[in-house]
Order: sequence, then C-alpha cells, then structure tokens
Amino acid sequence: MMEQAEHKQNINDKDIQAILGTLLRAGVIISMTIVLIGGIIFLTHHKGVIADYKVFKPEISEFSSIAAIFNGLATFRGDAIVQFGILMLIFTPIARIIFAIFSFFLERDYLYVIIGFIILAIITISLSGGLAH
Amino acid sequence: MSVLLFTIIVLFGAFLAGLLGSLTGLGGGVIIIPMLTLALGVDIHYAIGASIVSVIATSSGSAAAYVKEGITNIRIGMFLEIATTVGAVCGAIAAVYLNASFIAILFGCILIFSAVMILKKKVDHTTSDHTDKWANYFKLNGSYPDKGEVHGYAVKHVPAGFSMMLLAGTISGLLGVGSGALKVIAMDNIMRLPFKVSTTTSNFMMGVTAAASAVVYLHRGQIDPGIAMPVCLGVLTGATVGSKLLLKIKTDKLKIVFAVVVDFLALQMIYKGINGL
Repeated sequence: MMEQAEHKQNINDKDIQAILGTLLRAGVIISMTIVLIGGIIFLTHHKGVIADYKVFKPEISEFSSIAAIFNGLATFRGDAIVQFGILMLIFTPIARIIFAIFSFFLERDYLYVIIGFIILAIITISLSGGLAH
Repeated sequence: MSVLLFTIIVLFGAFLAGLLGSLTGLGGGVIIIPMLTLALGVDIHYAIGASIVSVIATSSGSAAAYVKEGITNIRIGMFLEIATTVGAVCGAIAAVYLNASFIAILFGCILIFSAVMILKKKVDHTTSDHTDKWANYFKLNGSYPDKGEVHGYAVKHVPAGFSMMLLAGTISGLLGVGSGALKVIAMDNIMRLPFKVSTTTSNFMMGVTAAASAVVYLHRGQIDPGIAMPVCLGVLTGATVGSKLLLKIKTDKLKIVFAVVVDFLALQMIYKGINGL
C-alpha cells in the first residue's frame, strides 16, 4: 500500500516537472520572439537616431508601467512591443510560481502552498510600483 | 553613435557575454554590465536594468531543461526563494538611494569575489545525516538521478543557508546580476547539497529572484527597450550556444583566462567608481 502510494506520488512529481519545464521554455521563446519583432520595428524607425544613454533620465522613460506599455502597444510602436515582450519574460517565472502553488495544492502539501503564496505576495507588493520611488 | 550601430555592438557584446558566462558558470550579467558602462559609456542604472532581464531569460531557459531531468529540488528552491525575493526587492529599492559610484565599486568587489570562486576547487560536502529539524520540517532532503542511479542527500544548517540567500538576493537586486557565486556558497558549503542539485536549483531560483527586482526596475524607468532588447537577445543566444559547447570542450584554461579578464574589468569599475565615474 505504502509503496503504491509513493509510486503514485513519483509519477505525479514527474508530470509536474515536465509541465514546469515546458512552461518555462514556452515563456522564454514567446517573449523573446515578441522582443525580436518589436526590435526590428523599432530599428526600422529609429536606426539613424543618436543613441544616448550616458545619463540616467527616468523622467523620459515612456514605458515604465504596465498601463503605459499596453497604451503604447495599441499604437504599434516598436519600443512598446519590445517592452511588452520583456514584461512577458518577467511574468514567466511568476507564472511558474502560480503553477507550483497549484500543483502543491493537488499534492495536498499545504505548507508549500503557503510558501508559494508568500513569494507571490512579495512580488505583487513590488509590482504595485509604490516601492520604486 | 546611431541607434543601429549601438544595437549591433551591444548584440555582439551580449552574445560574447552570454557565451563566456555559460562556459565559465559565471553568468552573463557580470560581464555585460562592465561592457556597457566601461566601453559604451552607458549609465550603470540602464546597464543593471538590461542585465536583470537577460538573467531572467537565461535562467528560465536552462532551468527548463534541468527541471525535466528531475535534478532540481523544487522544494529547496521555493523555500529559499522567500529569502532571495525579499532580498531582491530590498536591494532594488536600496539601489535608488545609492549613487552610481558606490554601485560601481561594490560591483567591482563582487566581480573579484566571483572570479576567485570560479577558480576555487569545489569540495564535496554532501551528507546523509537526516537530523536537521528545519530540513525535516520543510521536507528539503531529497534525491536525484545520475547515470541511471538515484542518489539521496540530506540538508544541513538551514537558517544559515537562508540568511546567506537573503544576502545573495540583495546583491542580485542591487547590481542586476544572478549572484550565482553567493548562492553556491549557501547551498554547497553551508547547506551541503550535491553540486548538481545546487547548481540547477540555484539556476531555477534565479528567474523568480530577478523577476522580483525587475518589476521595481521597470517602474523606475531603468529598463530601456533600446538597451534591453539587444542585451537579452544576445545573452540568451550566447548562453544557448555556450551550453551546447560545454559538453564538447574543456573549460579549465578558459576559466583562468576569464578570471584574469574579469579581475581587470573589476579594477576598472572600482577605479571609475572612485573617480566619480
């Protein structure tokens, strides 16, 4: 009985690991493709412009919030698309945490469900943006 | 310099950084930041923002492969992520109050430390002593497959390892790097994990740690699409090629050459930092 239960658990863990791996890979490939497409559009419009990053000027940054990125996306601007791809990339490991919470819940490992929520809470607090200033 | 030329140079440099970073185990971030600041005169805040994005890309990409093999200890990873994400957010917030010179000097010191770490011979500290009550409570002890055999291992000194991870997270958030060298100390030396498990688990954690500080950087305007785009595409491509080459070539000599180059970059960063950039 005991052995059987353990065996079942192992298969479960293996499945979870396979899905987790696919999730991470898909997230990277999709977001990097978006960055590449956005980059090409950005370059065709800006290739002759002088690149100036000598001084950090946060006030001229246009896409420094999720709302601003989505607004820029509507205008089909290359730099907004790049930033959207980066946003997707940032969300890949966050999606991984959500998936892990879900799978620990299925395994009835509630201690790790709580740990997952703690990590998610820390990221959400920093996502609210208030901490950046 | 035009945007097109800038993009091409950064793309090439980032490819090289990703390639060497993956061959030596140091990671791409620690090379791309000095390259952007020293060679191209980019402000260190932009360099850090771009680097953290590339850390997420490379760590998620390689974690995907390791997780499937079943070597990564997901429980240890998630347990320690509490420490690294808290550290990362604190580090990213603190970065705004520190001036660029101080960050450059600190960066130089971490670079020298990392270079020493890649040359140091690794000593196996694994144990099968299952008495640590923290490890038992959080179910951290585990096993991993290697050449068809399953090896069990036990975890020790959990609170000390957790504290070290807090520091690793803070450095990661402050400097925009994966801080792999500090994570290795916490997992190999303090918590006594087998190498394979510690390397892959540290890699697995890097994505979440970097994402926590990346959102702070994004809101602060430190992630500029014009720099982040060539950096993350270049580093990811370089790291992918590197991981394929790693199976075919010996990296001992490369590590020595690389450590010298990294020390040179580190001294330049410190020098520039002292002179007010």
